[in-house]
Amino acid sequence: MAISLGALLAGLVLWHLVTLYKLDFYIDFENVPSPVRVGSSFLAHLATQDFYIHIGVSMQRIMTGYLLAAVLGITAGVVMARSRIARAAIYPYIEILRPIPAVAWIPLAILMWPTEESSIIYITFLGALFPIVLNTLHGVEQTPEVLVRAARSLGASRLQILWHVVLPAALPSIAAGLAIGMGVSWFSLLAGEIISGQYGIGYFTWNAYSLINYPDIVVGMLVIGGLGTLSTYAVRLFMRPFLAWQRRAR
Amino acid sequence: MNVQVVSLERHSKAKRYGGKSGGRGHVEIKDVTVRFGHGADAQQAVKETSLDIPPGQFVCLLGPSGCGKSTLLNCVAGYVKPSAGTVLVDGETVKEPGPDRGMVFQQYSLFPWKTIRNNIAFGPMVAGRGHTECSSIANTFLEMVGLTRFADRYPAELSGGMQQRVGIARALANYPSVLLMDEPFGALDAQTRLMMQENLLKIWSEFGTTVVFVTHDVDEAIFLADRVLVMSASPGSVIADLAVPLPRPRLAKMATAPDFMQLKKQCLEQIRSESLKAFEQQDR
Repeated sequence: MAISLGALLAGLVLWHLVTLYKLDFYIDFENVPSPVRVGSSFLAHLATQDFYIHIGVSMQRIMTGYLLAAVLGITAGVVMARSRIARAAIYPYIEILRPIPAVAWIPLAILMWPTEESSIIYITFLGALFPIVLNTLHGVEQTPEVLVRAARSLGASRLQILWHVVLPAALPSIAAGLAIGMGVSWFSLLAGEIISGQYGIGYFTWNAYSLINYPDIVVGMLVIGGLGTLSTYAVRLFMRPFLAWQRRAR
Repeated sequence: MNVQVVSLERHSKAKRYGGKSGGRGHVEIKDVTVRFGHGADAQQAVKETSLDIPPGQFVCLLGPSGCGKSTLLNCVAGYVKPSAGTVLVDGETVKEPGPDRGMVFQQYSLFPWKTIRNNIAFGPMVAGRGHTECSSIANTFLEMVGLTRFADRYPAELSGGMQQRVGIARALANYPSVLLMDEPFGALDAQTRLMMQENLLKIWSEFGTTVVFVTHDVDEAIFLADRVLVMSASPGSVIADLAVPLPRPRLAKMATAPDFMQLKKQCLEQIRSESLKAFEQQDR
């Protein structure tokens, strides 16, 4: 803990020094704002309403896209793992679409969706979807066969087995998918916001660059980092009670 | 058969846990053959086997690994469909697994995300019984296996022996007419295994359900069973049907009694000749 804090402090001092002396050694620090300027800029923003609107709009997009991805992703993952037909039908799409990065979707998304808002949400959704689908699929497939057999001999129906055996068995993997999905979701959102939109923390960051307001670029970056970390932590916190049995096992 | 007289007396005791197995649990295996695979690769795991197990009897299927004893058990459980022949439990043909046939596996079959209490109450829960009833059934069986103290723990927090006790309690919580056990103590150390065997006999004496117990351990089979069925290897079939005339309750010291040794010798000779046969067949 002390080492980590010390390292962070050292990084801050180094940042201060390279900007103070405007170091230009291959990487140019001429226009990089100093930590003090970034800090004061951040504090100034905290007092404005706009700043919260940017954050609020981004959060809303994340929530919408991510929740849709979570519901659809878990459903698709479970269905694919349980039905060979569904798997054969859906899996090729995942294979083809998964390697396409969110940024590559932006032009088509703008053309496809009626509003800019919906195209950004679509990109956010897409980013979260694949890790969630694949982790769910993997998790369901890992269900120990003996547990399914035990449940059958105890009289459980197919639906009861799904709910009481298959889903809990897949839950650690699903939780990992949800956490990864949240990270990718932010990544995709930012890509979408930089290129289109009038609000959002990604727009804020890119706009700062356009307006030659350099400290705000770093403010935007740090806010994105902070929000990304916080929301991933929130996902883990949310999943925690469902995985209590796992921690007890150790 | 004198064995049946003993088991009938036992049924009166079953009332204590509300056991309804009196008269139930008649297992008939009729000309059962099980083949795995197709065509030239087909393997005959069980060959034309017929057995009649009267209600309340404790039967051990004894044989070397790969002799089809687990396959035969799985036919009774309903996991494996015989290629030919039928399995009847209380006159009804077995088609799929069901709560009338409780199953105890070798290990790691408890639901790790459910507490001990909820593992035991699983059967009554999926049967749609109310919360209060589930909880009272769970309490009854927790007490029966002596794990009341661990009711709210998770399986991974318990030792292997305790986990198997939970497995037995979970299967019995459905009040099955037959208890099927597939080498349930195979993964336990010798000391624990002996305690578990005594524990199982105590539970059975109070419960009186029919038990089909698969094992490759001769001592275990003789110590537990009313009747030991020795199975031969590939293709699996019953080659000896031995009554165990030892009195009950069985005590650990009986394992050195002359009667016990005589039976053990008989079983071992049968198994040895069969293992050799299997060995030679593999060599070919």
